[in-house]
Amino acid sequence: MIDLDQVRAEALDSIAGAANLEGLEQLRVALLGKKGSVTALMKSLGEMSPDERRTTGQQLNAVKEAVAQALDARKTALDASALDERLARERVDVTLSVRPEMQGRIHPISQTIDEVVAIFGQMGFAVAEGPDIEDDFHNFTALNFPPEHPARLMHDTFFLPEKEDGSRFLLRTHTSPVQVRTMLKQPPPIRVIIPGRTYRCDSDMTHTPMFHQVEGLVIDKATNMGHLKGCLIEFVKTYFEVDDVPVRFRPSFFPFTEPSAEVDIGCSRAGGELKIGAGADWLEILGCGMVHPNVLKNCGIDPDEYQGFAFGMGIERIAMLKYGIPDLRTFFDSDLRWLRHYGFLPLDVPTLTGGLTR
Amino acid sequence: MKFTLSWLKRHLDTAATVAEIADRLTMLGLEVESVDDPASRLNGFIVGHVLQADKHPNADRLRLCKVAAGKATLQVVCGAPNARAGLKVVLAQPGVVIPATGEALKKGNVRGVESQGMMCSWRELKLGEDHEGIIELPSDTPVGVPLTSVIHLDPVFDVSITPNRADCLGVRGIARDLAASGLGSLKPLSIEPVKGAFASPVGVSLQFSPDTADACPMFVGRSFRGLRNGESPQWLKDCLTAVGLRPISALVDITNYFTVDLDRPLHVFDAAKLNGDLHARLARPGEQLAALNGKTYALDETMTVIADDAGAQGLAGVIGGEATGVSAETTEVVLEVALFDPMRTAATGRRLAIDSDARYRFERGLDPAFAIPAMELATRMILELCGGEASQPVVAGAAPADKRSIVFRPQRVAQLGGIEVPVAEMVRILDGLGCTVSGEGESLVVAPPSWRADITAEHDLVEEVIRIHGYDAIPTLSMPRPAVVRPVLTPQQKRAGWVRRGLAVRGLVETVTWSFLPSALAAMFGGGKPELTLANPISSDLDAMRPSLLPNLLAAAGRNADRGIKDVALFEQGPQFHGDLPGEQQAMAAGLRVGRSGARHWMQAARAVDVFDAKSDALAGIAAAGGPADGLQVVAEAPAWYHPGRSGSLKLGPKTVAWFGEVHPGVLAAIDLKGPAVAFEMFLDAVPLPKAKATRAKPLLKVSPFQPIERDFAFVVDRSVAADAVVRAAKSADKALITDVLVFDLYDGSHVGEGKKSLAIQVTLQPVEKTLTDVDIEAVAAKVVDAVGKATGGALRG
Repeated sequence: MIDLDQVRAEALDSIAGAANLEGLEQLRVALLGKKGSVTALMKSLGEMSPDERRTTGQQLNAVKEAVAQALDARKTALDASALDERLARERVDVTLSVRPEMQGRIHPISQTIDEVVAIFGQMGFAVAEGPDIEDDFHNFTALNFPPEHPARLMHDTFFLPEKEDGSRFLLRTHTSPVQVRTMLKQPPPIRVIIPGRTYRCDSDMTHTPMFHQVEGLVIDKATNMGHLKGCLIEFVKTYFEVDDVPVRFRPSFFPFTEPSAEVDIGCSRAGGELKIGAGADWLEILGCGMVHPNVLKNCGIDPDEYQGFAFGMGIERIAMLKYGIPDLRTFFDSDLRWLRHYGFLPLDVPTLTGGLTR
Repeated sequence: MKFTLSWLKRHLDTAATVAEIADRLTMLGLEVESVDDPASRLNGFIVGHVLQADKHPNADRLRLCKVAAGKATLQVVCGAPNARAGLKVVLAQPGVVIPATGEALKKGNVRGVESQGMMCSWRELKLGEDHEGIIELPSDTPVGVPLTSVIHLDPVFDVSITPNRADCLGVRGIARDLAASGLGSLKPLSIEPVKGAFASPVGVSLQFSPDTADACPMFVGRSFRGLRNGESPQWLKDCLTAVGLRPISALVDITNYFTVDLDRPLHVFDAAKLNGDLHARLARPGEQLAALNGKTYALDETMTVIADDAGAQGLAGVIGGEATGVSAETTEVVLEVALFDPMRTAATGRRLAIDSDARYRFERGLDPAFAIPAMELATRMILELCGGEASQPVVAGAAPADKRSIVFRPQRVAQLGGIEVPVAEMVRILDGLGCTVSGEGESLVVAPPSWRADITAEHDLVEEVIRIHGYDAIPTLSMPRPAVVRPVLTPQQKRAGWVRRGLAVRGLVETVTWSFLPSALAAMFGGGKPELTLANPISSDLDAMRPSLLPNLLAAAGRNADRGIKDVALFEQGPQFHGDLPGEQQAMAAGLRVGRSGARHWMQAARAVDVFDAKSDALAGIAAAGGPADGLQVVAEAPAWYHPGRSGSLKLGPKTVAWFGEVHPGVLAAIDLKGPAVAFEMFLDAVPLPKAKATRAKPLLKVSPFQPIERDFAFVVDRSVAADAVVRAAKSADKALITDVLVFDLYDGSHVGEGKKSLAIQVTLQPVEKTLTDVDIEAVAAKVVDAVGKATGGALRG
């Protein structure tokens, strides 16, 4: 008679002593495999008497179950420790640097134009565009520049060579010719802004031969100077993201508007740092006015029926003021250090719902 | 335009402060550039009384003074030669900022003796140049009071005058605007003709042909004799000095004073130096004038001169001649008061490069009705300051008649200005500006004053009313707008934004470069046409309109390399020009990568940029623009500034959408940029716009329930065969089942034979109706082999 308790004890001991999964599998085969010792005992039941078989069978089944359970338990334990070992082996130095990625940037001029478009777009302004190379009519004549105006002479206008008929093209000195093109193309009501490149033959600390402007034009039957004030005050507050910024409209002169105004915003220069908002100083940021009746007439619009306003401002200037960029000339230098510092992340699309800037 | 407070007050009766005046000027459109108020720099300076002045114990040249300063008595060491007992002085105590240095005074120790203050010179206070000694105040000056309460200090205003306001180039014009706005009242200008004592020995005449008569419509002259051209009185010298004019002699100072005071330039000739009568005429060819500035000018027949029998003696409205200028010995003069054509004056001044106060005013236009009154006022002042007697005036020509009469509808002020101004207030404003207003009700008739040539129509009057009434009074109104604003950007504008941000996402940094570049560089990129070369460039290296965005990007990369940044990834979006007409400007996006694709890294070696980076950028740009993913043909041809063997075009039918490639080594050498450099140029408008759709719904997604299968093939083809041809052929083998073909290996070593290469492709089959059997797959594979073989002569690699 075999001592089943001993069989169980020996089996469990050897299972507990299995050092790895291979050893454990060998044990399983040796115990429960087709030729395993426990299997052999089970087979021996056939030779027993029915009574003996019943009692021994029950005992033997209990042993077999215990062995199987022990094998499973041991396997789980060995699996876990094998995984631990692997994980320990796979450790890397996570302080090492990641693979290099190139981060692009959006130029402050583009970003500022997008901001301006977002604000005026909300007020229903469409965006109009026009050519950089212009003629005298669109750049000057239609805009009511008197024939002897200094800007028409060799002073600050870039000219292309004279043609056989004596005419010559020029690089637009402002975005205003697109006003003329818009009015000639489209009947009122008109509400457009016009961002773009402009050119003046001037280069020093605060001037570059090329710069950007954004122009605005509203023509309908009712828009008056009160709307001009409201529109621009709203723009200034939204653009600079400052709620209490004083805005001052001061009379000025432009050939293509009357009455004309220059717009100053409040600022403080305390401690040498420029801050937009309520303060002791004023800062000029744009020119504007009611569209001159001669301009309307030149564009085929009856000034007794239609009226409206126009404004224009320098993109670089408002970008410099908002983002504290000290030098105009650096905008065109393509210095990667500057572009990365003052540029904007590509996914920072200015919106009014989410705010213009982070 | 500069003037002092006291000068302004000669015309304006006002109790307003300097700050109030400055603020009002700005709000009238007469923008104050600066107000220099010397008093503002003199905080803390007080009147001192030198009680005692002894020799400094340790220095011969220094004095040790006891100075009474109100309650205290201070010990002050002073080096000034005039420091003496009994003097009333200007005293600064420690802490007071000295205007000349901008620094606060410290308590000093001079050669072992404490000095508790400083006695100042005019120069130290920036009130003059005198530094010979300390200031000696009148002996009756009270001691201990602030200096500003005992000396007369005149603030200087500097106002910028817009070109339409010629009338404000005189102090009186500015005073008139202030008075009209309610800040004081304009003092009357009394013009009493001076009776002539004798007939003018010098006559005046106008010698023009009828078609040039507008060059000088009026010439008024008057002779004087028995003058003494001495120094001007102090008040006049102070006025001129304060605005930056140097007092010279009474006669010259009078003309300068009239220029600034009444916006009326005058000229005086020394009558003893004249030959015969004076006349105005156009200069003769070859004529010359030695001018008062010491330079000699060659004149031509577009220029107006004042001449005597000997020739030109003055350039009309611009500058006088040296030969007939007045001097200290002058006793007889002829006064010239004339009207000259603004445009001719401007052209003459510009051509000869002469800037003068007279030219500045003549070219903006003078008050044509003021010639005779100005002559009378000047006569009175000359007689007053120089003595002598005046002749009867001589006058040639006449001021052009002023027929302006403007219908003014008061309701236009509210219509345009958005502001309600009572009609009575409008009339008061216009009257204050010198207009004559008549009529009543809805339509007034306004005759503007002779000095306001800028007022020609109703809208000018509307502006005047609103300006004087004040822009601050205009209410702020919101623009009417829809409850929810519709999108405003055109498809082209939206697309430009997507491309910009799409390229930036790929690591390209956006830049903005000039629209022009050196013509030599332009020529290298297909430009440099004469019609696109600027007639007046800012410099010779910015003289041609750019035919491409690349040269400026390459130059930018070079500048970055010079700063030590060798790996560059830049792009720009903007115009390029191939003709001077509006349609010949193209909207471009261009990008440039130079050096390595990224920094060195411990896991992967740094890689030099290559043509496929540029191709990838170009494809990404086109994709961002919404261009078709399929249907783009890649053609191995590109402009001359690309490497001929490493560049290509992306085309849609006949249209080129983009070029890409390695930049030609010759171009790099010419720009002196170290490569490798790869670039792309994309024509934004060549990407077709999406068709307008009724809804925004996307097409229904069709997904197959069956798993896709991948099969690899390796073909040996001639080296000249384009990979694209193999891919296309494979794709065409079974358009229903094959959804993708990609090249995953290229081998062109010796194992595949001379002139051959092996291309390995992976073909993806997507079963649609049923799972594919091995037989099905074999059949497709055979079709692929067959199609590639037919199209390219390629065979499966053995």
